[in-house]
Amino acid sequence: MSPEPRPESLLPLQPAVFHILMALADEDRHGYAIIQEVLARTSGEVRLSPGTLYRSIQRMLDDDLIVEVHQRPAPELDDERRRYYRITKFGKAVAREEANRLSELVRLARASGFVTRKA
Amino acid sequence: MNFYRALLRLFPRSFRAEYGAEMEKDFAREWAGGSKPAAVARALGDVTGNAMRVHLDILRQDLRYSLRSLRRSPGFTITAILVAAIGIGATTATFTLADHVLMRALPFPEPDELVKVWEDHSARGYPRLEPSPPDFLDWQRQATSFERLEAYTGFGSTLTGRGDAARINGAFVTPGTMQMLGRQAALGRILAESDATATDQPVVISDAFWRSSFGASTDVLGQTLTLDTFKFTIVGVMPPDFLFPNRDASFWIVMMFSPDNGDSDRTNHRLEVLGRLKDGVSLDAALAEMRRIGDDLARTYPKELAGTSVTLAPWRDQVAQQPRLLLLGLVGASICVLLIACTNLANLLMSRALARRPEFAVRAAVGASVDRLVRQMLTDSLVLASCGGLFGILLAITALPLLARLVPNALPIAELPPVDVRMLGATLLLTAMTGLAFGLLPALRVCRKTDSSALKDGIRGGTSRGTERVRSSLVVAEIVASVVLMVCVALLVQALLAVQRVDPGFRPDNLLTLRTQLPFTKFGQLPARLQFYSRVLDRIHALPGVQSAAYTSFLPMTFRGGIWEVLSTKVDAASPGGFAPLDATHTSNAVIRYITPRFFETIGTPVVKGRDLSVSDTIDSPFVAVVSESFARRHFPNQDPLGRSFAIAFTTRTIVGVVGDVKFRGLERQSEPQVYMPASQQPTLLFYAPKDLVIRASVPATTLAPAVRAIVAAAEPDLPITAVQTMEQVVAGETAPRVAQLRVLGAFAFVSFLLAAIGIHGLLSFTVSSRAREIGVRIALGARADDIMRMVMARSATLAVIGVVIGAAAAYAAARSMQSVLFGINPADVAAFASAAGLALLMTLAGSLLPAWRAVRVDPITATRAE
Repeated sequence: MSPEPRPESLLPLQPAVFHILMALADEDRHGYAIIQEVLARTSGEVRLSPGTLYRSIQRMLDDDLIVEVHQRPAPELDDERRRYYRITKFGKAVAREEANRLSELVRLARASGFVTRKA
Repeated sequence: MNFYRALLRLFPRSFRAEYGAEMEKDFAREWAGGSKPAAVARALGDVTGNAMRVHLDILRQDLRYSLRSLRRSPGFTITAILVAAIGIGATTATFTLADHVLMRALPFPEPDELVKVWEDHSARGYPRLEPSPPDFLDWQRQATSFERLEAYTGFGSTLTGRGDAARINGAFVTPGTMQMLGRQAALGRILAESDATATDQPVVISDAFWRSSFGASTDVLGQTLTLDTFKFTIVGVMPPDFLFPNRDASFWIVMMFSPDNGDSDRTNHRLEVLGRLKDGVSLDAALAEMRRIGDDLARTYPKELAGTSVTLAPWRDQVAQQPRLLLLGLVGASICVLLIACTNLANLLMSRALARRPEFAVRAAVGASVDRLVRQMLTDSLVLASCGGLFGILLAITALPLLARLVPNALPIAELPPVDVRMLGATLLLTAMTGLAFGLLPALRVCRKTDSSALKDGIRGGTSRGTERVRSSLVVAEIVASVVLMVCVALLVQALLAVQRVDPGFRPDNLLTLRTQLPFTKFGQLPARLQFYSRVLDRIHALPGVQSAAYTSFLPMTFRGGIWEVLSTKVDAASPGGFAPLDATHTSNAVIRYITPRFFETIGTPVVKGRDLSVSDTIDSPFVAVVSESFARRHFPNQDPLGRSFAIAFTTRTIVGVVGDVKFRGLERQSEPQVYMPASQQPTLLFYAPKDLVIRASVPATTLAPAVRAIVAAAEPDLPITAVQTMEQVVAGETAPRVAQLRVLGAFAFVSFLLAAIGIHGLLSFTVSSRAREIGVRIALGARADDIMRMVMARSATLAVIGVVIGAAAAYAAARSMQSVLFGINPADVAAFASAAGLALLMTLAGSLLPAWRAVRVDPITATRAE
């Protein structure tokens, strides 16, 4: 077995990958639900296309950032033909590192006077 | 939706299977919820972009995996890369050379518009004869098909005033020639129409000459160049790839026509003519017009031109039949080598793939689809082919200079093809083809059975009959290709030996030769020349180690021209040659050479009748000639030729001697009969003034060179000495392209022989190891060692026989297609076929020995224990 990679080794994350990780932070979702969640979280600014979504999902599965889950939500909410994805512990660690990286970047940008909006 | 489903096919199948259905659903929602054209546009961008990225991701993964697994088996990897490198390298080298000589556009703008124009004297055996100045000028005036029609002629000149006197080659060109070619000078300007009347004699020089003689100095313009004592002013330097009319030309000066130079004589065939077709004028239309003009001229000047016309052809096509065939032969041979390399690699990869079946079966069991496995195997083979291609191109670049002798000097192209995008493109294409060719078959073969049964099968190391059959066919293909190559090499070796056995008509051993071109400004008069010859020859004769020495116009095989019509002695002012023809219906030609006494003794050509030319033959004594036996036979059959007369080259001559025939036109061509005339009886035709010195030595000939140089320098200080070589070198030059081709072909045949043996060895080793259990059982049941041996050998013998039979048929077809370079050797030559077949059988035997020995040594207990 190869040793588990360090979370920093995957940084910086592709924006799409980071959005998907954030969308899966609180619950398992299927592909279309991820698109909707990202849309909602970004107030309609980021709309993941199906191609980008599933290509990212494939890589994220390979990189162990997410797993496919076989426990389904309540039957009335479930679409049986859908696959559900869940963020892994490693995925959470990577997302945290990315968030730290980005906030450090924003801190530096602020010090340079580049940030005009309040966070 | 069908549109989206079709679009999804851009993704790899495995990706489609995984996510296709969900993507369709997501798209359906988008389709239902908004603007249709926008959805289509978004889908197009989304799917194409992401599909490409998914493919790249897979490629990256496969490459990583390939490199890891290839690193784990270095023996296999190195062998495969070497085999691929040999195949790709050989084919790249020959393709590049053939492309350079036969296909690549000439280095001029719109090269397809450039055509060469000749007089057509087919009736006299010269379908393409250089035109005379008056004919050319008439063509130039009358033809409307050409933007320009220009003439040129190459010539050698003595350069003085820049260090030691040197002999350099250049060309006279009509003033519009360089404009017609369409190339600009790299420095200064090209020659132009206005130079026809220029008083300062402009000259344009080549890049190579500029670098070697002027150190690439930019103040070369305006400097003086002294050629044959005439002064020229340098007005331009051409770019490095301007090689016109061939790669020897160092300078270009304006050609003037003058009646004193014989330029009003329509039989003075001395010009090369090149035209640039007008836009929209086809080759056929131009040919039709030129034929009409030629026919008109023939009617107007029947004495000189009766029965003649004009012909033309694209300049690009000026490659003679023999170099073309030699090149195509090499291309064919390299394809054989590549084919063998590919089959060998396919076999190697197949063994490896079969050995990896358990691994594939495991991957298939954990969800890898068959197409991913095929893709992985193709990536392996493409990685190997790419490494092979990389080494192959290095091999090709190293090998190309060895092939340079096969590039004829009749074209305005460099001796070596450039290493450029075309060559790299060819390599890339060959590499991709090679990788696919040897990777696809094993991949499909192995992955077809990748299921749970293959898992079991693979673990046991069994192999199917189908796979065996494919591998056997690959080995047969290798034997076929190597038989074809070996037969061709055997035939060409015989042809080479036959050419080398041809009696040139003289003894080339221990003859030193060199050229001292006399400048006509100083040696235009006969007494000056004779004085020079006798001063040089007397001193050379006095040198220890010299048996005899003489001067001649041109050594045999160094200049193939000098062909004149043999005429009767009846004066006829109306005839172009000054004398009436021998026969009204057809002409008879002879080679003329002017020589000094003792030429025949020196060169070793026997005087069979009469006498040699001597010092007593002077300008005041009756004009005499020595003729060759073929001349005597043709003109004086069953008669004594001595004392008979004829006219040639504006003078009548009485025959005083008959000598053996000499192959003036080279070993492989029939020469016209020969006429030798004394240098002392040569008042005109300065072009033929003896300039080639030949010395027969009793010591090693080359040791005389310094002393001879000193003697020539003492006789005439500023005279350049060029072409110092032995006559053996001159004769060897005749077969040099053949030798060069044979070396390469021989190397190809050797490599293919080796590869085929390795292929047979690989196949049988694999068969023996996969059938170890069966062999073990047989031994346990009482089979003797020779039974087992016979079983293995019978298999390889069957393959060899099939390969040899098919190979022989293919070889015969190949030999027939190159009959014209076989120099009379029968393409069905039994010895060649027998030796190739024998070698192929021997190779099979050699390849099967080790596996057979291993089969005999199979231990029945160990082999059957696995069951």
